[in-house]
Amino acid sequence: MTTLAPPASARDIADARADRRFRWILTATALFVLVTLAGAALSMLWGGRSVLAHEGLDFFLSSDWNPVEDKYGALVPIYGTIVTAVIAMLIAVPVSFGIAFFLTEVAPRWLRTPIGTAIELLAGIPSIIYGMWGFFVLMPVMREHLIPWLDAHVGPLPVVGALFRGPPIGAGMLTSGIVLSIMVIPFISSVMREVFLTVPARLKESAYALGATKWEVSWDIVLPYTRSAVIGGVFLGLGRALGETMAVAFVIGNSVSFTASLLEPSTTIAALIANDFGEATEQYRSALLLLGFVLFIVTFVVLALARLMLLNLSRKEGNR
Amino acid sequence: MSASTSLYRRRRLVNAVAIVLACAAALFGLAFLAWILWTLLSKGLANLNLALFTQDQPPPLEEGGLRNAIVGSLMMCGMGVLIGTPLGIAAGTWLAEVGNNRRLGTVVRFVNDILLSAPSIVLGLFVYAAFVMQTGGNFSAIGGALALAFIVLPVVVRTTDEMLRLVPVQMREAALSLGVPQWKVTMQVLYRSALPGIVTGILLALARISGETAPLLFTAFGNEFFSLDPTGAMSAVPLVMYKFAGSGYENWERLAWAGALLVTLFVLAISLGARAILLRNKPAHD
Repeated sequence: MTTLAPPASARDIADARADRRFRWILTATALFVLVTLAGAALSMLWGGRSVLAHEGLDFFLSSDWNPVEDKYGALVPIYGTIVTAVIAMLIAVPVSFGIAFFLTEVAPRWLRTPIGTAIELLAGIPSIIYGMWGFFVLMPVMREHLIPWLDAHVGPLPVVGALFRGPPIGAGMLTSGIVLSIMVIPFISSVMREVFLTVPARLKESAYALGATKWEVSWDIVLPYTRSAVIGGVFLGLGRALGETMAVAFVIGNSVSFTASLLEPSTTIAALIANDFGEATEQYRSALLLLGFVLFIVTFVVLALARLMLLNLSRKEGNR
Repeated sequence: MSASTSLYRRRRLVNAVAIVLACAAALFGLAFLAWILWTLLSKGLANLNLALFTQDQPPPLEEGGLRNAIVGSLMMCGMGVLIGTPLGIAAGTWLAEVGNNRRLGTVVRFVNDILLSAPSIVLGLFVYAAFVMQTGGNFSAIGGALALAFIVLPVVVRTTDEMLRLVPVQMREAALSLGVPQWKVTMQVLYRSALPGIVTGILLALARISGETAPLLFTAFGNEFFSLDPTGAMSAVPLVMYKFAGSGYENWERLAWAGALLVTLFVLAISLGARAILLRNKPAHD
């Protein structure tokens, strides 16, 4: 006679059932996360369907944004979004790299933790504070000093000059780019610092033992080792700069007419939505929802690339 | 000989220049951030007073406070955390305990990471299109709380996932080998051990939503009057700041700075608290 397992007690059965139920609940919530992302995209596209059907490709190609006549060409906000984010990155990336280099190789040890913590805390300050600072403090400085100077000295130059001509208003893409860069510097530099700290000490020590300088260790050892994650961090910052609303809405000037000058008022997708949504008619809201969808797709691509690159580094660590 | 000396000299020079530039970058970054904090303190501190908490937001050129906005902020942030946290903990548990090595797990983790850094304005529009428009287009505090909950969700998922994966496998094995069902292992063993980390995550999420403005514009909308009705429009401190800051009315601007300082202090206090919890409980795991 073969031995049989003792028959399952009522308690075992109840436990098994509870386990199954527990697992189902967990799975459902995990799927909910997926549904959220898809739902966000689809609901905005659905909300904007009437404008998309009406405008077609003109929505992306025309710069005629005139809600009164029901014309929605979103080229100006799309252009403004990209330009402000690029300005922000041009300033923030080198400075953030400098800060991360400073915090991991240059600064004396006792200074590293306090400065690192301070920068991480500052990354948590709400973006509206940056916007208010930009509006009340930076804009007057731009108006009185930087813009007249740029207009007089860079404005007359060929080609580049067109970007830096304009009346001293203070609001515009340059001001927004500067505010955005200050906002993302703590963010990018803390990602870079964290990533630099994952470089194995023996790699750096070997280089130092061969007589490499601090700069050579950072540029030739640390940076190649962490390259993909550094780019990932930069893209995370870019994603933030593209979608930032409040820091920009205060200082962009909110004008939907096209201008090549970085010194004149313009707008970005997020700022336009935040600014006009309250008073918008139904059709106009539909256009704003469609803009939101465009913003979502752009940031989704940027953030997805960022995550893939950050994953690369953690894989490298795991394989070691 | 001379070639190698000049190479050596050049390397030393490059290094010195790089170090000077790095120090300059650090100073540049810190100077701007200090400038912002200084502005905040110098403009906000003088306007912090008791009336801020006892009076509602005033019409232009009259005295008042931010009571309706503070209450609205607390209510919506509280509701947002209450909605987002259980969902986030459950999804994070699934990631760490069930889906860890599955393909679906990788996908969920990836999507969650994207949600984590998605622009908040997009989540606000999502709730507007999926909730506010479907309920007849009337703005409500519930809508605001939902938008905030979608910001809380990915933060809590991420920290729960990370904290549960830090719990040693031996603890699960020990509990399971005693015949404890899995849900009990999770609830009574794993959560207990991961609790400080999860609480830190919830606090960080709270810090993040307490300064959010953009998603509330399309959902809670703002309200000039004191209101406790979750089905109606409700005010929040950042919404009032947005409205008041550029208004040109001197008393409105003073209130905006007071609100800015209040929100920032709240956020910094919570982040510091979260860090303290994490630091205090760290040795227990190692």
